[in-house]
Amino acid sequence: MSDAADNALVGVVLVSHSAQVAASVAELARGLAGGADVPVAPAGGTGAGELGTSAELIAAAAASVDRGAGVAVLTDLGSAVLTVKALLAEGDELPPRTSLVDAPFVEGAVAAVVTAATGADLAAVEAAAEEAYRYRKV
Amino acid sequence: MLDAQFFRRWMTATAASVDREAERLTALDSPIGDADHGSNLQRGFRAVRAALDKEEPGTPGAVLTLAGRQLISTVGGASGPLYGTLLRRTGKALGDGAEVGEDDLARALRAGVDAVMALGGAAPGDKTMIDALVPAVDALGDGFAAARAAAEEGAVATTPLRARKGRASYLGERSVGHQDPGATSAALLIAALGEAGDE
Repeated sequence: MSDAADNALVGVVLVSHSAQVAASVAELARGLAGGADVPVAPAGGTGAGELGTSAELIAAAAASVDRGAGVAVLTDLGSAVLTVKALLAEGDELPPRTSLVDAPFVEGAVAAVVTAATGADLAAVEAAAEEAYRYRKV
Repeated sequence: MLDAQFFRRWMTATAASVDREAERLTALDSPIGDADHGSNLQRGFRAVRAALDKEEPGTPGAVLTLAGRQLISTVGGASGPLYGTLLRRTGKALGDGAEVGEDDLARALRAGVDAVMALGGAAPGDKTMIDALVPAVDALGDGFAAARAAAEEGAVATTPLRARKGRASYLGERSVGHQDPGATSAALLIAALGEAGDE
């Protein structure tokens, strides 16, 4: 796709019920991407230090990683999924071209960040993260 | 006809009822959930009450969309986006008229319930808030008292069900024998309609 954001990287937001999980998975994915400067932001916990989901943290994280090339959001479960879907339905809470990616949280995050680091577009980042479901361990 | 004041009373009556019942909701959420339903909803509806006082929305639709938005941003659990979507979608379906009829409310609430089912993927019988909301909307044509009775019956009827959505679904058969906290809080929301109409 050629537009103003031609050289911009896709942003990745990691939403977990736990602030530590979100931050650690972000660190893991960044590390495995070889230190590339991919915009990745964790949005974990309620914002009050408890387990849960914060719409405000999610919206802030998405805004912080938006470089104009789209934002891929990965979530763990339950309210994290529902909150992102509800924010997307609002229309104006998340940057344009923000998409909830159907992927396993850890493996999907690594695949998304590694792919985003190559300068791939949003569709390719999403596809790579979704592909992580097909990696069988036994 | 129902005006913005009616809808504000509905939300404040719900907030008061959630305050009164918060401990019971959390107790219901302990064996099959993560024991935060009461406190989460309490936080959410307190934020709703504060936002309504501050912004004073002037139409029924605006009251509910503002309330829904507050729930999505403040609850912190799955009930936030679910109840938030219910109220927002109901509010949008009410349009921007200054007054709506009870039949408009019934139609709009059905659109809201449909949106909740689409968001969470739950159907009747899955042991969720839907089990109180669907019978309530079906009965709303017969008045608020009928809707309340239907919602309460629906909530009680979740007890023998096996949970198929949310955290409780991980418990499988062990979720049987517990009344669903989400269906219970949904019955409070519907019961508050009658309180709003009484004033």
